[in-house]
Amino acid sequence: MKLEIAFLYHDLMNIYGDRGNIITMTQRAKWRGIDVNVSSLTVGDKVDPDKYDFYFFGGGQDKEQYTVADDLQGETGRALKEAAANGAVFLTICGGYQLMGHYYRPDKGKDIPGIGVLDVYTVAGKKRCIGNVIVETEFGNLVAFENHSGKTFLGPKARPLGKSVVGFGNNAKDGQEGAIQGNVFGCYLHGSVLPKNPHFADHLLQLSLKRRYGNVELAPLDDSIEMAAHRAATKRAYATR
Amino acid sequence: MHRTGRGGTALPGLVAATIDPFILRDLTARLPGGSAMVIGTNGKTTTTRLFGTILETAGLKVANNRSGSNLLRGLTSTLLNQASLDGKLAADMGLFEVDEAAFPKAQAKILPKLILINNLFRDQLDRYGEIDTVRKQWANTIKTMVPGTTLVLNADDPSMVYLARFAPEGVRTVFFGLDHPPLALTELPHAVDAARCIVCGTTLIYDAIYISHMGHYHCPNCGFHRPDPDFVVKAIELSVEDGSQFVLNTPDGPLDLKVGVPGLYNVYNAAGAAAATLTLGIAPAHVKEGLAKFKSVFGRIERVSLGDDRYLLLALVKNPVGFNEVLRMLTNDPVKRLKMMIVINDLYADGRDVSWLWDVDFEILAERLDFAQTGGLRATDMANRLKYAGIKPSKISWEENIAASLEKALEYIEPGETLYITPTYTAMLQLREVLTKKGLVVPFWEE
Ligand SMILES: [Zn+2]
Repeated sequence: MKLEIAFLYHDLMNIYGDRGNIITMTQRAKWRGIDVNVSSLTVGDKVDPDKYDFYFFGGGQDKEQYTVADDLQGETGRALKEAAANGAVFLTICGGYQLMGHYYRPDKGKDIPGIGVLDVYTVAGKKRCIGNVIVETEFGNLVAFENHSGKTFLGPKARPLGKSVVGFGNNAKDGQEGAIQGNVFGCYLHGSVLPKNPHFADHLLQLSLKRRYGNVELAPLDDSIEMAAHRAATKRAYATR
Repeated sequence: MHRTGRGGTALPGLVAATIDPFILRDLTARLPGGSAMVIGTNGKTTTTRLFGTILETAGLKVANNRSGSNLLRGLTSTLLNQASLDGKLAADMGLFEVDEAAFPKAQAKILPKLILINNLFRDQLDRYGEIDTVRKQWANTIKTMVPGTTLVLNADDPSMVYLARFAPEGVRTVFFGLDHPPLALTELPHAVDAARCIVCGTTLIYDAIYISHMGHYHCPNCGFHRPDPDFVVKAIELSVEDGSQFVLNTPDGPLDLKVGVPGLYNVYNAAGAAAATLTLGIAPAHVKEGLAKFKSVFGRIERVSLGDDRYLLLALVKNPVGFNEVLRMLTNDPVKRLKMMIVINDLYADGRDVSWLWDVDFEILAERLDFAQTGGLRATDMANRLKYAGIKPSKISWEENIAASLEKALEYIEPGETLYITPTYTAMLQLREVLTKKGLVVPFWEE
């Protein structure tokens, strides 16, 4: 078995240590004897929509986000839409999450278009949402760190990733965090999110292998360090907010 | 980084700034030799100390914000503490380490005759905002520099070269940089901030990479490039125990220099301090002596003897780039096995988001660690990071309580061995308290 990972805009959208998610997917696959190949892609690279099982798309700075948004309006955007339609798994965070939606509306100037594979849109907010978070999801609780000023709202085709137990969530209004549509996941969870939420990492891993290999039973791992970090982060979230 | 509330180093300034908002401008204007300022994300405390040691070696009395209060209030209280009742200052010159965010205000109040900027890295973005924002803010501040003043910049950092464009007419720009191919990396590390041209966005081409995004670069599209520096560091010899030796080529000829603190990043700090002081007209002999006698700044890198032939080496870590450099220094010797203690807190001064640990290349430790003890509020995050870096879980142990964590780590240290400890800022403060209780190090306020 082999897992093909695409790290989208690795050099532009990598600002908050989100690389930890790629490391986690890679290691958890390898520890189970699954081969992994990570392709780091950026502006100008051609994306083959049939090749990759798992796409990761992280957060970047405003300036980089404009460059990326521009690139997504061309060939890359079309390839990603095709991949999403064919059931490839996407984990997108912060800026990446916003660009998977319909648009980002800045304070001033024109809307920045996304690729619309998530039925969400984002509006610039004044107050930055920063801090430790806990999100209740169907995969179990997720602990992470949010840091965003954009406020994201979901349309009818997307469902929330979960309920904000601690933290602002998508828009500091409706008490929800993240979005899921098909196999595309978006959220504001840094931390990195996957290393201390191994249950979520394994869900994504299983889902990523499914398209090519059907239902794969993942061998259990010793997650005692991961879960100790999960518990400590839970404690910090309650202590700091 | 500010220690207000711990020993109250900023309190007099708070009172004075409330009484008279112009007092800082007024006080600095009275310094006969004027002021210099040091800005930068990494190494500015060490650089300021190196700078100050050189000035003092040259016989100047320097007013500076030594106790670490590098915000405006701290600056004001520094000067007030050193002023006599009739307002006369006992110092010849002011030298101030200024926080990223405080730079615009400090420039307006102090109007220094020289500004030294080391570098710009991503550092605790939840406090300072994005790098682009910080760079823009710095550019706008540089625009307000007065003719006749000097801007000393690191040519190896693309952000610095970009900033030079904003120096108004009559402001002199001086560059320093490294040129020592044997120490150059071939690949950009993961924690890199500026792999793209700041002017046009094209991927920069690097002929040499020294630390993170610092090196010899050019843009294939718009021609943006590293200028030939006025001060060039060559023939570097690094040593963890004795610090580093290098040759500094200056407009007046080469200087053999030695700096008493280890690590390539301290070569950058020393080069910046040397370039700045030589530009101010300090004699080369004083520069040489000042650098050589410099001892480590509080907590940046410190060796502590436990008194029983066992040792601690403490190195403060505050962001991925700094941490990568410490790891690079520790793994310099290809056969040495390491015993480490990594202490991570997530309080405001540490950066509340520990995501940055995933940008540190701990993978370099995989075959090198004999054991790792983690501690602090995020001991488990750190332990988990090490596991995913390929270190066997059987070699990793964690304990949040810092005193207990240290005791556990010391059980593994044999006579003749050193425990390498890398704490974040507040973890360092706690650790020092623990060590002081053991009768080991002098508290920083007594230094
Ligand atoms: Zn360019």
